[in-house]
Amino acid sequence: MTFLPTPSQTVGPFYGYALPFTGGGNIAPAGEPGTITVHGQVFDGAGAPVPDALLEFWQPAPDGSRTGAPGSLRRDAVTGAVVGRTGVEFTGFGRVATDADGRYVLRTLPPGGVPYISVCVFARGLLHHLFTRAYLPHLTDPATEPLLRSLPEHRRATLLAVREREGVHRFDVRLQDDGVHEETVFLAFE
Amino acid sequence: MTANPLVLTQDVISAEIDQARRAYAEELKEGAEPRPHPARGYRPYRSSVARHPRQPLVVVGDPDAVELSGPVFGVTDITDLDSDLTRQHLGEPLGERMQVTGRVADRDGRPVRGQLVEIWQANSAGRYAHQRDQHPAPLDPHFTGVGRCLTDDQGRYTFTTIKPGPYPWRNHLNAWRPAHIHFSLFGTAFTQRLVTQMYFPGDPLFEYDPILQSVTDEAARSRLVATYDHSLSSPEWALGYRWDIVLDGPAATWIEEGR
Repeated sequence: MTFLPTPSQTVGPFYGYALPFTGGGNIAPAGEPGTITVHGQVFDGAGAPVPDALLEFWQPAPDGSRTGAPGSLRRDAVTGAVVGRTGVEFTGFGRVATDADGRYVLRTLPPGGVPYISVCVFARGLLHHLFTRAYLPHLTDPATEPLLRSLPEHRRATLLAVREREGVHRFDVRLQDDGVHEETVFLAFE
Repeated sequence: MTANPLVLTQDVISAEIDQARRAYAEELKEGAEPRPHPARGYRPYRSSVARHPRQPLVVVGDPDAVELSGPVFGVTDITDLDSDLTRQHLGEPLGERMQVTGRVADRDGRPVRGQLVEIWQANSAGRYAHQRDQHPAPLDPHFTGVGRCLTDDQGRYTFTTIKPGPYPWRNHLNAWRPAHIHFSLFGTAFTQRLVTQMYFPGDPLFEYDPILQSVTDEAARSRLVATYDHSLSSPEWALGYRWDIVLDGPAATWIEEGR
């Protein structure tokens, strides 16, 4: 028997009460030394910020573990409100809706074993989500990383976060070439 | 009355839908593989035009890819009330009470156990509890339209809710979305992530809707429509629908993953 996939449909504009949650971008426990900030904007093919995109992030823990942990959306059993991660387990999962200026901010710990954070992009107008990777420059050797090596220089650059200062990196997502900026490399997994 | 060429009519959109469908049929005839998912650039859905990549996706064949594992969720991530959208306020929402249940499986048919299912929807009048929804239909103070649950050990989910209403949108003049419930699903791998929409059988708006029709494969499109199942209806209480979901995408093998 074959199991045929359920087709994707757009996330639309009205997921606001359902998907984003307070602290969704704070994967790192508050005050944890070594916390890094990855932030940026999502742009469309006109070069305009996308104010209704939803970004999800998935990464190994600093020790390289890829099992994740429950508790990203941990809730208060009395009120149902999100109470935030415990700060003990590293869940590896983050979710941030872009703001009115298309911006997102992620605070996390460096991934162990790989130099990248996996990113999944949803938006109104996007009928099927897109995967990409934010490679962290201080962890990445483009000469040895198979995906980066396979790409021409101008394409590769779209996957490399840009170091702004110690512990702060910028990673923009461009859904489409706007005539000035290169479109982000998006990935398929087989 | 002469048509205003500046107004995008349903006729124009419907002609584009038809054109995309015929182009897909030609592709199949020439031996292309069936495409279960919508093309990201689908012109009848105007918002897709500037929001899809023009370059082909880059295939990652790395068996050590992080994306072959994925986030996990647990009992702390949900509360008991989350799967019943009719009990989240002091009073009962208006509308046709219903339950929807189904099984989540991966593309090999294995149940997706203990994973997070999230839903959101308009109220029975076709209005979302969202300040950017300007449709002049009443908000329901007893309905937010948001639910979540974990799949059980057979991969099943169940929600109690009210049937959402259809609503207008501004893709083109007189554009209406068929009634639908948004679903968000996780598999055991990030690659299996799925956000989609469930529709109701027999909706007369199907053929006019560029979002549903973006799935140009007819068989695939039919998999987005739930089945009314009388055995799932509860006497004096609620109508029952069944909708099974199959997640696409590779995952690490169970032996490697151990969960």
